[in-house]
Parts: sequence; structure tokens; C-alpha cells
Amino acid sequence: MLAQINQIATPEVLWWALLPLLFFSVSAVTLLTVASLKRQMPDCWAPAWTVAAALATLVSLAPLWQKVMDEGPRSFLGGAVGIDGASLFITGILAVTVLATALLAHPYLKRQDLPGLEFYVLLLLSAAGGVVMASANDLIVLFLGIEVLSIAVYVLAAYHLRRIESQEAALKYFILGAFASAFLLYGIALVYGAVGSTNLSDINAWLAQNILVEDGLLLAGLAMLLVGLGFKVAAAPFHAWTPDVYQGAPSPVVAWMAAGVKAAGFAALLRVFVTTFGSFSADWRPAMAVLAGASVLVGSLGAALQTDIKRLLAYSSVAHAGFLLIGIEAATVRGTSAVFSYLAIYALLAIGSFAVVTLMGGSGDQDHELEAYHGLGARQPWLAGAFTVLLLAQAGVPLTAGFVAKFGVIAAAADVGSWWLASVAMLATAVAAFAYLRVVVAMYLNEPATDETIGVDRTTFWVISVVAALVMLLGLMPSILLDVARQAVPVLVGG
Amino acid sequence: MEVTTTWYLVLGAVLFTLGTVGVLTRRNPLVMFMCVELMLNAVTLTLVAFGAALGDLGGQVSVFFVLVVAAAEVVVGLAIIVAITRRRPGTTVDDLSVLGG
Repeated sequence: MLAQINQIATPEVLWWALLPLLFFSVSAVTLLTVASLKRQMPDCWAPAWTVAAALATLVSLAPLWQKVMDEGPRSFLGGAVGIDGASLFITGILAVTVLATALLAHPYLKRQDLPGLEFYVLLLLSAAGGVVMASANDLIVLFLGIEVLSIAVYVLAAYHLRRIESQEAALKYFILGAFASAFLLYGIALVYGAVGSTNLSDINAWLAQNILVEDGLLLAGLAMLLVGLGFKVAAAPFHAWTPDVYQGAPSPVVAWMAAGVKAAGFAALLRVFVTTFGSFSADWRPAMAVLAGASVLVGSLGAALQTDIKRLLAYSSVAHAGFLLIGIEAATVRGTSAVFSYLAIYALLAIGSFAVVTLMGGSGDQDHELEAYHGLGARQPWLAGAFTVLLLAQAGVPLTAGFVAKFGVIAAAADVGSWWLASVAMLATAVAAFAYLRVVVAMYLNEPATDETIGVDRTTFWVISVVAALVMLLGLMPSILLDVARQAVPVLVGG
Repeated sequence: MEVTTTWYLVLGAVLFTLGTVGVLTRRNPLVMFMCVELMLNAVTLTLVAFGAALGDLGGQVSVFFVLVVAAAEVVVGLAIIVAITRRRPGTTVDDLSVLGG
């Protein structure tokens, strides 16, 4: 009997490759355990612990990156999880976002008089889910990652206990998120039925050797996957939840939703569509193009019509999702690396913008109307200046990182002859520029409604300053980022 | 008449469609949530049917993951719904319209 048990083959585990995931998940569980054993803990412990976990992840990425570049990508755990440039790149974005979100959340939670601990636990768990999504080599693992990521964010969205808006946002996000997950899962089931495996490298190998006579089932599955992931990354026409959820959820959580959740979602889209089903690109490219075109137009027009800054930024995140989809639609290596650099830059822009919004929201997290920004340039030149840099970068003004990002995806689209998509994108950029400039004008040219100054705490000050500086730096020297993004193309390795 | 895999797949598709229509038309958050669960169970049925047809265990093993995730989702979903109804009893999603602009 014992001998039989010993014969069970256990899959190979590359512990070193799991290091980033372990940092996030173990630190979350440890934090929760220690806090439940110890009644009184100084306020700053939980954020410090979270920042330490994110920094440890960032530090561990350097040797991992070197190893993957030298020895090539690997897959392990029976081929269910892989490690490659793409997974490490996205993990890096997630770690930076966790770091910034934790730094923003600490003063925010204090100001709102909210309990602190669970926020960081959920943030770390959500990041762990994101890492799983980025390194998933199997559709079921991808589904697990997306759920771990999302379920934690549903709770985070409801975190502001006393604001009914926060709970409304959580309910909307939850119902639509669960709805989208069901679509994703049905897509996985249909693909499994058509191909006979949920493993991405097996699917890819099977499709390379066999020709499907009846590909209706597979195409239906792909359509369902696109709907499910489209919801998660807030692509039009599946974006309806975005403005409401961004408006209602606590501002630091929105920074994580915009930067972290989007990065993980696009990592999954790239790996599933471009890498695994690349041979079906003739079938999914038109759908992707419609989604991309709709997103840039709806996002830009929506942003131009809003007077609430959080809703404006929500629509702008829909537009950014559209630009990212343009890079995916190209279905080339150039498009893929453009998407990766765009994700890194957008993460910075989202962190910075929502850091400013977090400060401006005040003690009730509700002063998000455009009037609150009137005359900010005279009242608080530093805050207004940093926000101007971030908004101009979102508009894609040259010499900022936003230009580098937009140029990358549009060039990739032009490369494969998607001229109309590139034209729509440029038209939308002009419309969106109006939305961003309206805020800049309000900050500098309008008379201030009050002469109250907004209290700027030290950690938020540093987050905004560093992000704004990085946005300028990457605008002047984009090659720092582009060289890394070029090596971050997803690769599938069989188990 | 023999019951083939197609029957199960069609049943799965019908249940999934019912769930989708339910989420889109019902206005009580609890009922909407039940419809989402119906969609997940339709997928479960589809996975098992495909697994049996392909003679592959993967489909049935996946169902375990789906069940666990659905359970975790129930916990969080009900908590959010309870938090809202405690403040506003008898809420439908149409009443929840503080957000907008």
C-alpha cells in the first residue's frame, strides 16, 4: 500500500520561479495571522509589511529575469504555470502598483478613519492573483488567477464602510465581474470541448498539427473568452461598469484597479489570443478591431463629457484599453511589445492620477467635481503641476511617456496595414486631448471656488513626485523601457 | 431514444442562456446573483459532458476548481448584498443609482 503511494508522480516545482507569487501570497497570509494573534499593532506595520513584500518581489525579479534571458522560458507544475519575460514584466508592474497603492492607502485610510489591516491583506492577495494570471499556462489556472484577483478587488471596492457609493460600486462590480467570469468559463469549456485540453501549450501544439474541420465550437469559445476578458479590462462595449465603479470605489483602490487589474488582464489577453490562438488571428482580429475602435471612441467621447474627475479618468481608462487592444489587434511581436510598454506607462499614469484624486477627495472621498480643481494652479502649484504632467501624458503629448506608449501601438497597427484603426485612434486622441486640457484649463485659468489648501502628506507627495518624474524621464529616454519590453514577449513551453 | 453528449451540451447552453437573460432582466441583486450561479452550473455541466465525451479526466477535475471559486464568490457576494440591504432594506439595483454623472 505504502509502496503504491510512493509511486504517485508529483509534478516538478521550480520554487525559484514561484518566488514573486510566494512573496505576495505568503506575506498576505502572514500579515493576517500575525494581526489576529496580536491585538494592538502600530498603524504603520501593515503598510510597511506590504511595501517590503513588493520591494522583495521587485528585487527578486532581477535575477529571475537574468535567468530566463540566459536559459530560456520554462514551464512547471505539470505545464500549468510558466515563467517567461512576459510573466516577469507584468509581475514587475504589479509589484510597483502594490507598492504605490500601499503608500497611498496608508494616509488615505487614516484620513477616512477606516480600519487598516484587511486592506493590505486583500491588496497582496489580489496581486498574487495577478501574478498567477500573468504566468498561467493553462486556461483553468488563468481562471483561478482572475478570480483570486477579482474577488479581493470586489471587497476592496466596498472598503469605505460609511459611503453607500462605495457599496453600490462594489455590488455593480461584483455582479458584472461574476457575469463576465461565467462567460470566460463557458469559453474555456467550449475551447476544451473543441481541442481536448485546457493547457495553452498543448492547445497550440494540437492546432499546429491538426486542422479543425468544424471550427464553430472553437470560435464560439474564443468569442466567449474575448467577452469575459473584455469585461475585465473594461473594453467597450463591455465598459458600462467602469465609470460607476471608479467613481464609487475608494480612490487608492481605483489606482490598483486601473493599473494592476488592467495589466494582468492584458497579459492574459496577449497570452491567450496572440500567443496561443495566433493561427486563428484571421478570425479574431476583426472582433478585436471592433472592440479597439469602439473603446477608443467611447472612452474619449465619454471623457470629454464628464464633469466628475473620477468618471473622466474612468472613461480615459476605457480609451487606454482601446489603444492597448490596437496593439493586440496587430498580432505581431512589435504589437505585443508595444502593449507591454504601454501597460508599464499606463500603470504609472494611473497611479499618479489617482494619487492626485485621492488627495483632492478630501476627508469624505467625495470632492471629485471639476469645480474642486478650479484655480488649483494658484493654490497649490506643485499639485497642479504634477497633475498637468500626468494629464498631458495621458493625452499623448510628445516628450512625455504617454506619447511613446501611443506611438508604439499606432505604429504597430500601421505596420500590419490597419490604417482605419490607426486613423480612428488618432481622431480619438484629439477628442481625448480636449477632455484632459479642460481639466488643465480649469486648474490654471478658473477662479478658485475656495481658498482652502489641501493637506498633502509626505508619502503621497513622494509617490506623485516620483511618478511624474518617471513619466518625464520615459518621455525623454524611452529606450530604457522599450528595450526591456522587447524581450517580454509571451512564450509557451510544453510541460 | 439514446441520450448523447449533445443533449447535455444543449441543456448546458439553455441553462447558460437562461442565466444570462436572468442577470440582464431581473432587478433584485440576490436573484441576479442566483442567475450567475446558474450560468456557472451550466458551464460545469458542459465541462463534465465534454470530459466524458473526450474520455479525459481534465474536464471533471476542472469542475472542482469551478465549484471552489463559485463558493468563494458566494461568500463575498452575499456579504456585499447584506451590507447594502442592512442600510437600505428591500433594495433593487434600480434604487442603487447614487453614482452617475
